[in-house]
Amino acid sequence: MSEPKVKIATCSLAGCFGCHMSLLDLDERLFELAERVELDRSPLTDIKELGNCDLGLIEGGVCNAENVHVLMEFRAHCKVLVAIGACALNGGVPAMRNQYDLKECLEESYLRGIGLVNPQIPNDPEIPLLLNQVHPLHEVVKIDYFLPGCPPSADAIWTFVNQLLSGQPLALPYTQIHYD
Amino acid sequence: MSADRSFTLDGRRVPFQDGQTIMAAALAAGVYIPHLCFNPEFAPHGSCRVCLVKVNGRVQAACTTPAAVGQAVQNETGELREIRRGILQMLFVEGNHVCPACEKSGACQLQAVAYYVGMLAPHYTHFYPRRPVDASHPEAVIDFNRCILCELCVRASRDVDGKNIFAVQGRGIQAHLVVNTPSGKLGATDFSVTDKAAQVCPTGAILTKHRGYEIPIGQRLYDRKPISVVGDVATLAESKGGRRHE
Repeated sequence: MSEPKVKIATCSLAGCFGCHMSLLDLDERLFELAERVELDRSPLTDIKELGNCDLGLIEGGVCNAENVHVLMEFRAHCKVLVAIGACALNGGVPAMRNQYDLKECLEESYLRGIGLVNPQIPNDPEIPLLLNQVHPLHEVVKIDYFLPGCPPSADAIWTFVNQLLSGQPLALPYTQIHYD
Repeated sequence: MSADRSFTLDGRRVPFQDGQTIMAAALAAGVYIPHLCFNPEFAPHGSCRVCLVKVNGRVQAACTTPAAVGQAVQNETGELREIRRGILQMLFVEGNHVCPACEKSGACQLQAVAYYVGMLAPHYTHFYPRRPVDASHPEAVIDFNRCILCELCVRASRDVDGKNIFAVQGRGIQAHLVVNTPSGKLGATDFSVTDKAAQVCPTGAILTKHRGYEIPIGQRLYDRKPISVVGDVATLAESKGGRRHE
């Protein structure tokens, strides 16, 4: 019998999906990966309910109440949780709003923005409430591994995933570690 | 007897001259000790603590400790790497270092030293301090979010340019870089991008305007090789990827 596949879930919180694009940049290597892993909840599968997983990969920081909820759900369901990309590690570009009060940000976007018609701050109950500040993942839940980059290159993701799945110590070559 | 004046650095014999620090002797011998506030052209400052080494079993800053006969100095050990990584992580969370949105990225000494010590993530809780950006000068911009208080601009402006434009004010966590004018604005000073002070910043705190993102990703100073091989951005000529305006 072949070995059971490793179950992986991914999601993008306050990110731009750039890290997921980088994952897709694995190109032909995706076939090799698909033989060893099975995707659970992920933007690539559109599965809505997160099952129990071996590995969770999260891009993006935490900027609203829904992000907190999803992140805690990932922590509860994933044996190993990995923060991927600058936003997950330090808040990244979205965290540049931490320089301002939330009220200032909302007013700048929705009341004083150029070309607005009937300006108002959105308050539909379906819209997740924004947090006062954007936070990196490790400030909310325990994170097991970190992979920097904006985004991390496909090569870096490949090195990382291979080392992790084969139980080797993580050691990225110099050119695969960068913060931008 | 000068041939006998030496200490050992990770087991290797390093000669020194009287008055030389461990850092200066290591530099002359071609051994890299990670550093940020140290620049060989200036008197040592000893503030960033990144160059901590073990001297006869005691942790000390290599840039301020005089070399002495018979010292056994450790530099590249797992323990020191851990300490240095922790210092780098604290420097990162104390300011706002958004590498993807910084023109200095790729040629930044703070980033390069963090790569060198294997920092993958900031680990600590971010301060997200609220600090201003001063774009009042026509040729240069100061982003105080990126200042690590190394005082190299302070030293350069005072000791080389003779202008005394910068100072560090306040103590402890309140310490911050200030510009020596009533308005506190760089635009009100006689600062010039040809000043030494414009060329020594190890981070993206002091930048020359109109030159952002000139070098493509992949070809920047620290993209291919580590700082231990490439050298400090502030001590390299512009033709070699440094940021001098000679």
